[in-house]
Order: sequence, then C-alpha cells, then structure tokens
Amino acid sequence: MSWSFTATCAPLLRDDVDTDQIIPARFLTTTTKTGLGEKLFADWRYDGSGAPRPGFPLNDPAHGGAQVLLAGANFGAGSSREHAPWARVDYGFRAIVARSFADIFAGNALKNGLLVIALTDEAHEALRQSVERDPQVRVQVDLEAQTVALPDGSKERFPIDGFMKHMLLEGIDELGYLRGFLPEIAAFEGARGAAPAG
Amino acid sequence: MAHAAADAPGRTLFEKVWESHVVAREPERPTVLYVDLHLVHEVTSPQAFSELAARNLEVRRPDRTVATMDHSTPTRRGSDGRFAIVSDAARSQLETLRDNCRRHGIELFALGEEGNGIVHVVGPERGLTQPGMTICCGDSHTSTHGAFGALAFGIGTSQVGHVLATQCLLQRRPKTFRVTFDGRLPAGIEAKDLILALIARIGVGGATGHVLEYAGPAIEALDMEGRMTVCNMSIEAGAKAGMIAPDDTTFAYLAGKARAPQGEAWDQALERWRALPTDPDAAFDRELRLDARTIAPRITWGTNPGQGIAIDEPVPDPAEVADAQLRGQVARALRYMDLEPGKPLLGRKVDVVFVGSCTNARLTDLRAAAAVFAGRRVAAGVRALVVPGSVAVKAEAEREGRDRIFTDAGAEWREPGCSMCIAMNGDRIEAGQYAVSTSNRNFEGRQGPGGRTFLASPATAAAAAVTGRVADVREVLR
Repeated sequence: MSWSFTATCAPLLRDDVDTDQIIPARFLTTTTKTGLGEKLFADWRYDGSGAPRPGFPLNDPAHGGAQVLLAGANFGAGSSREHAPWARVDYGFRAIVARSFADIFAGNALKNGLLVIALTDEAHEALRQSVERDPQVRVQVDLEAQTVALPDGSKERFPIDGFMKHMLLEGIDELGYLRGFLPEIAAFEGARGAAPAG
Repeated sequence: MAHAAADAPGRTLFEKVWESHVVAREPERPTVLYVDLHLVHEVTSPQAFSELAARNLEVRRPDRTVATMDHSTPTRRGSDGRFAIVSDAARSQLETLRDNCRRHGIELFALGEEGNGIVHVVGPERGLTQPGMTICCGDSHTSTHGAFGALAFGIGTSQVGHVLATQCLLQRRPKTFRVTFDGRLPAGIEAKDLILALIARIGVGGATGHVLEYAGPAIEALDMEGRMTVCNMSIEAGAKAGMIAPDDTTFAYLAGKARAPQGEAWDQALERWRALPTDPDAAFDRELRLDARTIAPRITWGTNPGQGIAIDEPVPDPAEVADAQLRGQVARALRYMDLEPGKPLLGRKVDVVFVGSCTNARLTDLRAAAAVFAGRRVAAGVRALVVPGSVAVKAEAEREGRDRIFTDAGAEWREPGCSMCIAMNGDRIEAGQYAVSTSNRNFEGRQGPGGRTFLASPATAAAAAVTGRVADVREVLR
C-alpha cells in the first residue's frame, strides 16, 4: 500500500460525530468485517425507505470518489466498535482529517490502515474553505513525511504515534510484533505465580 | 501526611496498577501491558477469533478469559418459552461465540444460563473484577470495572485478538486526571446525576487521553453500584478509563463473591489492595474540584451525554451561545430533538421509559426505580421497560418483590441484557418518540432510528414513567 497519495475530500464538519452514526448498532450483528461500507453513516445517508438523502455529503456527486473525510472535532466518540473503521475502509476512505479524534476510534483506525490526521484549527479552516469553494480540490497525504499538502499550497505536519507510523510504513503486523514478546510474557507470568490480581 | 522520600515521589492509583503490569518497555515503543482479565461478548469478538484461526493460534490464557452473551440477546421469551432472537444474524453471532468458547475452553455465561447478564454487571457480581487488576473488553463501557480500583478500558476487535493470543496489549501510557467531589450528594440525588453533571461540565471530549480518578467524600460515600455507574460513563467524557480507590466498601462488596479470593488468599489480597490508593503526595496531570452538595437531578436534552442540564433548568438557546461552532452544535441537537430553545424540559411528554443497561441495571438501581413506581401507575400512553442487568440481579429483585412493583404499575419486566440501550436485539423506540433512559448514550438513533433519548437516573426515569412527562422526582415523591 502506498502511504503517499492525493485525494479529494468529502466534508462532514459537525463535532463529536459518534460511532453510532458511523455505523449504527443494528448492523453489528455480523461475524465478518466485510460489507459494512454500504451501512456507513446509514441513518444520515438514507431516509427511512432506504433512499439517499440529497443533502448528505456522501450522496453529493461532487464528492464522489473522495478518499479523505474532512471532519470536525472529537471525531469517533463513543463505542469501541472496530466496525466503524472497517466500514470506512470498506467504503473507500484512506484518511480522515479532523480537528481532533476520540482515542479508541483513532487507535482502531490506524490498525486498519486508515490514517487519522489532526490539523490545527487554522489549517483545518483553510482546507474547509478550499473544499467549499471547489469540491474537486485535492490534498496530498504523505505518511513518511507526516505532512498533508493543502490545496492552497501550504504544507501541514500532522502528529502520529512514531511506532504506529513505523508499523504502517514497514507493513509490520502488530500481533506478530507482540508475539515477539512471548518469552517476556512467560517470564512475567512466572514471576507473578498463580496470583490472579496485580 | 505520609513521608515519601524525595527521590521516591508518591504514586497515583493508576500508576501503581500500570507499573505492576508492565511486561516490557523499550524506548520510543509502546509498553507491553499484561491483561489480568479479558471479558468477551458476541459482538466484538467473532472477527478476533477468526484472526486467531487464520493464524492457527490458540487462546493463551482461557483461564483469564470469560465470555457472556448480552448485546444481541432478546429480553423476551416467545409463547413456547424460548428466547425470541431478533434475526438469523443475531442467532449466528450467539452461536459463533458458543463455538469459539467451546473450541478454546473459555468459560461462557450463555443466554438464559445462571451467571448470564451484561458483561459489566457479570464481572463484578461474580467477584471476577478485583482491585489492582487490568481488565479489558471489546466494549467501551469496560471503564465500569474501575470502580474497584482496577485499570479497565475498552478495546477494538484487533486488540481483542491481541489479548486472546498473548494476554497483552501494546499501550502508550495515558495521562492522569483527578476529579474531587467535595461534600455529599443531597438526599435523593444519585451517582448518575453526579456523573452527568461532570460530563456536562468538562464535555464529551473533556478527558480524552486521560485516566480519570474520582475522589472526595461524595465518592467515598457511594456504594459499589453507584461507583460503577460513575466509572461506567468515564468514556462519555472521552476518558481512557475511570478509577476509584478501593476501600472498606469495596472489600465488603467482594467478600464471599464466587470468584473473589478466599481464606488465606483473601488476607493476602487485602494487604495488596490496601496499598493501592493514591499516595497523598502524588501528582496528577490535571485536577478539578466540584461541590457535590449543589448537584440536582440531571437530564440530557441533546444528542451527546455532555448536553445536559439540571432537571429544572431550561434547555439552552443557541442565540445566547457566543462560540459559533458550539452554537451550531446546540442548534443541531435541538433540531434533532425537536425542542424549543430556552424552554424547560420539565413537563415534556414522553413515550418510552427504559430502566436498564450496564450503567443502571443493578439491584440498587432497580430499588431506586421501584421506590418511585410503588403505589403508582405507568401513565397512559407510556411504555415502560425494566431490564435487569443479569440473571442474578433479576432473581434477587424478584426475591425482594420488586418485579411485582414494576408489573403492578404497568411496566414490563424483562429478561436481562443490553436491550434498549443499544437497540440491536429488537427492543427499541420508534422514530420521533421520546424516551427517558437510564442508559449511557443519547446519540441520534441510538435507541432506534429517529428516536430521541433523555438520559437520567433510575429515579428520574421512573418519575417520567408514572407522570408521563419529564418530572422532578423530588416533587413526585413529595
């Protein structure tokens, strides 16, 4: 997977978007990760009869094919359901640009190769205005450099956990990495004996 | 004051639990943190078990893993006495959990069995949840278990797989945030009111990146079930976890529980547990003090748990909100809730009342609701559902005769489960309806597409059921 890409943005700028909006709970009775993209934002995207709501950004042809979601503050609040990033990846998003993220969502997203990019208020506002003026403007995301190039020509550096960045760039499998510690884990268990608590 | 040496500063409760679970720590890398207890349910585990199967891995410590069925489970039996499972998908999810537990030798409290219930009710009531432990579950309300002085937090399904395979997680150390509640809660004010007041104060992202420690006389005065309600909603402030120092209330609750240490092991555990509370000279990254004496019954008016007011306050008026972003949010929430700006919620007609969830479905909660239902009737046109948190809670409530109080009042008394909190088992409200709910999330459509939720305490919910309106329980009981 390339970690440098350019993409258009779909704006969803309200703050505190929760995971129940990203993927409503009634779709969680699944035992796989696939097919969730069509349920992404289901209650905002579709009306009661299942028809697309015209005002919703993901239904706007001008934002068709957008691989970046431009969100507000505290994106992904609420439940720990990994179905939320699964739905986004299944839909075709590669990154979310926001003012800030909820912790569990951000962690889950990175584990699925979905970049979470927090911008300063100023840069976020500049991007919002660019996208509002022209939905076809593109951002260029570069994970290695930890930068996102905005349509106005400016380049913003974004924070990311150094270890997660390394894992993504090198394609390291997190469970495999963790299993590398099995000797230490066994030693830890041995040292504590049979006591159940810490 | 304890006299800590200058080179050994005091440590917080969180730091003590964290430090004692570090398996490996390398520069720049996340810590490998050991997990003492892994709780599992049907919704967030199937893909993790599939991952193990794909890699041909076993569950490392089935003895530290306990599963229950709660989210997709029906709370009603059909006329044939069998549970009416909502869909084939839900049935398949429950069967998948059963198969996975059998395959890996994991203890399972299956639907209808003794011991079954909501995961965050089952852990404490069996004595599985203990002070000083690290506890994880693929469920954000795992923060509940912090009421015992455990470090407990929700994880995603990838991490469920990590814990199944290694009993460990890769973790960055969070910051610490102590909230001290001075004074005592006024009579009739519940733990739910306290935590809703805090979230309204600091906001739904107010504790992001932090582990909360709740402290002060008002917290110490809470029973364990109240403390669980408080810690349960830590995630609604964005916190990694919420913790309360273990004390004699904690130990009295645990003594004699099925899975708590017994005999000599109990004495040794007590000694460890008594050393857990935050040292007097320990420092937190953030601190906040609030006065518990001024807390009134709380209710939410909006679409996140931070959008709340005291029961007798008006809902906000966007015209009076200075910040443009916040003004937009308030206006949007009022529009979804179809509420008039600046008007009181008191007296607003309600359609559904739900008493239940991992926040408020324990015995104390049911008693508080029953005290209001007793001798009264559910108002005409209102549907009231009381859903106990576990098979054990249900049995004990019935032994006390509370079920009769609910059913005599005209409320439905159901089998245990998450039910209408998350509305994935068929229990839900209809579009446009208003519910007063003792659950933890008032997100749009959380209790059913188009449904509108007011979060409140069990007593306030019961007051709404018997009056048919948003009501001040203090007036109802007067």
